[in-house]
Amino acid sequence: MRFSFFVACALLLVAVPQMSFGQGSGPTPELANRQLGDPAQEKAATQVMHALRCIQCQGQSIADSDAPMAATMRAEVRQQIADGKKPDAIRQWMIERYGEWVSFEPDMKGSGLLLWAAPLLLLFLGLFMARGLFRRKS
Amino acid sequence: MNRPWLLWLPLAVVAFIGGLAIYGLVVPKDDMVHSAMVGRKLPEFALPPATVGIEGLSNRDLADGKPRLLNIFASWCIPCKAEAPYLDALKKSGAEIDAIAIRDKPEDVAAFLAEFGNPFRRIGSDSEMAVQLKLGSSGVPETYVVGGDGTILYQHIGDIRAEHVPMLLEKLREAQ
Repeated sequence: MRFSFFVACALLLVAVPQMSFGQGSGPTPELANRQLGDPAQEKAATQVMHALRCIQCQGQSIADSDAPMAATMRAEVRQQIADGKKPDAIRQWMIERYGEWVSFEPDMKGSGLLLWAAPLLLLFLGLFMARGLFRRKS
Repeated sequence: MNRPWLLWLPLAVVAFIGGLAIYGLVVPKDDMVHSAMVGRKLPEFALPPATVGIEGLSNRDLADGKPRLLNIFASWCIPCKAEAPYLDALKKSGAEIDAIAIRDKPEDVAAFLAEFGNPFRRIGSDSEMAVQLKLGSSGVPETYVVGGDGTILYQHIGDIRAEHVPMLLEKLREAQ
């Protein structure tokens, strides 16, 4: 009885990973996991990769994600850096395809502006509410 | 107390937060990543055939004057199997459909087509997802309506169901 339970568990361990790897198979782009030769370029590429959101796994940056789409995006970033493109232009290239959503650094416009201005607004609100405390007692 | 309205402030804050919670429950959440390429020309690409006997796909094949559908699929994708009958229905209603197979092997694509039928004119193989990235596509399956001049007119994310078939045919008609 107990033996068959272990056999079932062992079978599950073998079977489950095969079920969850439903991502097909294909070559990983070379530049997805290979650093650029020039350390300055690699540093710039890494900064861009940390500021871009993975399309497949949504919460992670493409630098942190192991998803195939993140690999493709890393390769694209490294290739464009190697081609001499500026980090901001690469960010724009991604936004042109996936919208503002793909960037972890929202622009200072629209609802992004509210996000940037919120700390200042809250600070002024706090000062306004606490203004009585600064008044000299008479 | 000289400012009685201040008493109501906590209640207002709680009501606001409660309202947000109800809004989150009632309004369905859209988790999909929509392509920002809709309304723009297809990117340049030239993909090799995804399987034996069916030609590959380039952006020029999609800009030959006739509006058509571009289906992004994969043989390993289960919703792609679910939408197969509806792609077939679209084809029978006169839609021309081209496809891009994502991270796929020729023998797997052949087996998929043998099992579910082949509604496609051409199938390009995007093994590294490079073209998918250029299209602003975030997964499989997705279906684009492409105008006769190669402009992306509409993006349908997820599998095509029965209710989407007339809508996609209408989009193709509008594109004429």
